[in-house]
Amino acid sequence: MIRVVLPAHLRSLARIGGEVHLDITGPVTQRSVLDALEARYPMLCGTIRGHDGGPRRAFIRFFACERDLSHDPPDDPLPQPVAAGTEPYLIIGAMAGG
Amino acid sequence: MSGVRVLAGTRKGAFILTSDGTRKRWEVSGPHFAGWEIYHVKGSPADQDRLYASQSSGWSGQVIQRSDDGGESWAPVGNQFAYQGTPGTHQWYDGTPHPWEFERVWHLEPSLDDPDTVYAGVEDAGLFRSADGGSSWQELPALRGHGTGPSWQPGAGGMCLHTILLDPTRRGRMFAAISAAGAFRSDDEGQTWRPVNQGLQSEGIPDPDAETGHCVHRLAMHPSRPDVLFMQKHWDVMRSDNGGESWREISGNLPSDFGFPIDVHAHEPDTVYVVPITSDAEHFPPEGKLRVYRSRTGGDDWEPLTRGLPQENCYVNVLRDAMATDSLDSCGVYFGTTGGQVYASPDSGDTWEPIVRDLPAVLSVEVQTLP
Repeated sequence: MIRVVLPAHLRSLARIGGEVHLDITGPVTQRSVLDALEARYPMLCGTIRGHDGGPRRAFIRFFACERDLSHDPPDDPLPQPVAAGTEPYLIIGAMAGG
Repeated sequence: MSGVRVLAGTRKGAFILTSDGTRKRWEVSGPHFAGWEIYHVKGSPADQDRLYASQSSGWSGQVIQRSDDGGESWAPVGNQFAYQGTPGTHQWYDGTPHPWEFERVWHLEPSLDDPDTVYAGVEDAGLFRSADGGSSWQELPALRGHGTGPSWQPGAGGMCLHTILLDPTRRGRMFAAISAAGAFRSDDEGQTWRPVNQGLQSEGIPDPDAETGHCVHRLAMHPSRPDVLFMQKHWDVMRSDNGGESWREISGNLPSDFGFPIDVHAHEPDTVYVVPITSDAEHFPPEGKLRVYRSRTGGDDWEPLTRGLPQENCYVNVLRDAMATDSLDSCGVYFGTTGGQVYASPDSGDTWEPIVRDLPAVLSVEVQTLP
């Protein structure tokens, strides 16, 4: 089970109360997590990355295990604690705007 | 009993303001989509319960919301706006080619007779259409592709398609306006387009006959007389009596002919409303007095409407999509300000009262007249 934490405005859009728990078959990567997330919550398509798996939106960041994974290749394996469900995969709205 | 539903889009959410036909007491619902920019909310003329909302943010881009129960509940629908074919380029502020990039939906215009059909005017300027209630969107590419597109440049607010007018009497005729490209007309449901800007004079454009490049802020039409169009341009208030083939200035005695919104009385096709703004550099009312100006003669002669509006120390703006009229017997006029007020007049503009005073900056105001 993969734990995913979304920023408040996307939780509101998808009507999610807390963490999202996803079951991933195959390699646990940023791409496979986001694919599974968008499959369960189609309204999130285009709000985190481009449609059809396009690039990350400029003011969205990806953190896990105290690391910024935003610039990592999307098919790289996520850290083992994320794959094991002991640490969440954090989708962050950058501090910008007003 | 008849009533009205005012749909206000703001910088931080949407608000729905409802009243009976007296338009004296209001219920306020919202914020819907709290924290998101709501550029526009509009109801279908064919189904009063079908609403569409453009929701966006710098973080997460564009979302389109749809309501099938008059705004009681909402559901996100399709948000993929892909330009058809190779998008190509328009001009950037410095005159260099810049690729067409989707930024947001500025305006949603539901079909006059089909609740599932809706048009979207977007930045960078393009026109999209959905025939399935907003689930999917297809570009009408001939607008960008008719020939002048590569020369279009953005206005200060971005290169937005902000106005879509549908002719209720001539099927297939529609108008679109783009800042800062101008006005365009299609006579075949958007399959082909041509600029309709003859007669517009814009400082900064050396060619007095320039086909495009004009910073049109807003167009308005009365449904009973769709060949007559009114335009608030960057500077100048304009009128066309021939479906945009030619334009003449009707600024007359306005204290400033700069402004953003323009609208027409529901029952008097020659009664027109504008909100003069001091200048392109000073986006607030002249002398700090918030005045709607009304012409009952189709332009040239304008009277200030001030009763109930602040007449000192007022420095708000009224944006291009933030004025609307209802169609009750005594026509109601509504507008919202960047200071968060939404004003209503139940008597064609003679008197005004604020419905709400402290919303986030108001981006758009629409009104539905309910049976």
